[in-house]
Amino acid sequence: MHNYSNSHNVKYQLAIEEPLEHKEAVVESIDKYKVSIQNVNGWFGTKRAIKDINLNVKERTVTAFIGPSGCGKTTLVRCLNRMHEMTPGARAEGRVIVDGVNIYDKSIDPVIIRRRIGMVFQKPNPFPTMSIFENVAAGLKLNGINNKTIIREIVEESLRNAALWDEVKNQLEQPGMSLSGGQQQRLCIARALALQPEVLLMDEPTSSLDPFGSSKIEELVRSLKDNVTIIIVTHNMQQAARVSDFTAFMYLGDLIEYGSTNQIFMKPEKELTERYISGKFG
Amino acid sequence: MNSNNNYRDILQETVTKKYKKRLFVDKLVTILTVVCVVAAIVPLVSILLEVVKNGVSAISFEFITQPQGSIGLGGGGVAPAIQGTIIVVGLASLIAAPIGVVTGIYLSEFAKEGTFPNMVRFFNDVLTGLPSIVIGIVGYVVIVLAMGSFSVLAGSISLSIIMMPIVVRVTEETLKIIPHSLREAGYSLGISKAKITLFIVLPSAKNGILTGIVIAISRIAGETAPLIMTILGTSLFFTGITGPVDALPLRIWRLASQPYESAHAFGWGSALILILMILALSIGLRFLAQRRSLFK
Repeated sequence: MHNYSNSHNVKYQLAIEEPLEHKEAVVESIDKYKVSIQNVNGWFGTKRAIKDINLNVKERTVTAFIGPSGCGKTTLVRCLNRMHEMTPGARAEGRVIVDGVNIYDKSIDPVIIRRRIGMVFQKPNPFPTMSIFENVAAGLKLNGINNKTIIREIVEESLRNAALWDEVKNQLEQPGMSLSGGQQQRLCIARALALQPEVLLMDEPTSSLDPFGSSKIEELVRSLKDNVTIIIVTHNMQQAARVSDFTAFMYLGDLIEYGSTNQIFMKPEKELTERYISGKFG
Repeated sequence: MNSNNNYRDILQETVTKKYKKRLFVDKLVTILTVVCVVAAIVPLVSILLEVVKNGVSAISFEFITQPQGSIGLGGGGVAPAIQGTIIVVGLASLIAAPIGVVTGIYLSEFAKEGTFPNMVRFFNDVLTGLPSIVIGIVGYVVIVLAMGSFSVLAGSISLSIIMMPIVVRVTEETLKIIPHSLREAGYSLGISKAKITLFIVLPSAKNGILTGIVIAISRIAGETAPLIMTILGTSLFFTGITGPVDALPLRIWRLASQPYESAHAFGWGSALILILMILALSIGLRFLAQRRSLFK
């Protein structure tokens, strides 16, 4: 399978990447881990949706969050780029350390976080009034990048990395909504990649896609991990087994077990995990 | 399983028995609906036909471009009124549309709940219901008397007060319909709320808001009461926004009140022109909207 991520190795130093070093927010350097989740709790009003989650994610790996509906995996992932608190009445507590900086520190502006941690949603949501090109460039333009050459280069690279370039290179001016569901989702991935994020959060990205589209996305995830740390929420266990290096199993807001995908699926330590994996519930 | 069969039989019996009656009720309601539609359309069509029938004879190039000649001689036209309508309504739109849209954006995007936004919504709804004659009187007292003369300004401000709450309402409702997933996509790209509203949400809402603005303009283009109290209505062309001016609704009213046949004919012609202008505005907007969004 052609490894797109190696063909364009230029790492763009975007002017929007503000250094995340704020004195108060720097924590003891956790070198090995890209994302360290420490004692994170999340509430919707008075209901606590995720309880005391502690989890460390290594750089350039794919980590899957699995578990039955309502277990809190989406809530947890939305806490990682501070989108959870945008729901009215919702709040989160705890620390999430990305590259040594606690993103929940009071001195950090959440908007800046989201430029470094990208997100792809369950239902593809390309901007309807924009063309394919404009969609991918949207994050760049609206964050102040004006240089047309750089934008064009980044758009092409992102579309290549999202395995969409060959299909759309001759119709970049077509509206984003004219693509099929699977292509729209890859367009959203390209749009997120354009900002050169170091962490990519994917919330059930293949749930609304047909099997062919799903498999393309899975291929994509495997190829992207060389450059990006990926966290993927999925309710499809087999997908988690195919795609991830590490797996976290959640149930009713608790993190039950976390380990390498092989270990979780072959030799789960907790009984609950074993029952879920073997399909006894969920 | 026996009880299941019993329920099935009972169901079957009831459904078949009542079936004919249901068919009848269905047909009856369909007919009633059609009757209502016809009842709604007939007055509209008959008014239009009446206006066209009586007004078309008065229309001529002279009618549209010349001021009124002396009553006895006939001839002339209602050009000052056409010009006046465009100016007064245009200025009113320039005042009301931006303020209305921004207020609608505020209510929908930045302050959904809370005492102040709810107060704004309440007063906005009250404003939509204010009788236009009341607004005209207020315009007279506050602007005309203060300025010392009837003026375009007084008329435009009064009309804008009628137009603004409509635009606020339409803008807020249109923005509410935009799916939240769009805004979430913007947030996930680290874009600020202001930029998301301006560059992502608003473009999607553009068509709906423009339609609302056109509806509001059509509404004020026909308002006569505020104009009676604020612009005087002269037979001269536009002389400045602090001076009086004529407008079609006003002219129609004046012409209809005169006992002369020729005046009446002019009145019908003016009514036809006014309706055609509003029609042109609506169609013009549709055309623009189609062109901009040739995406399906």
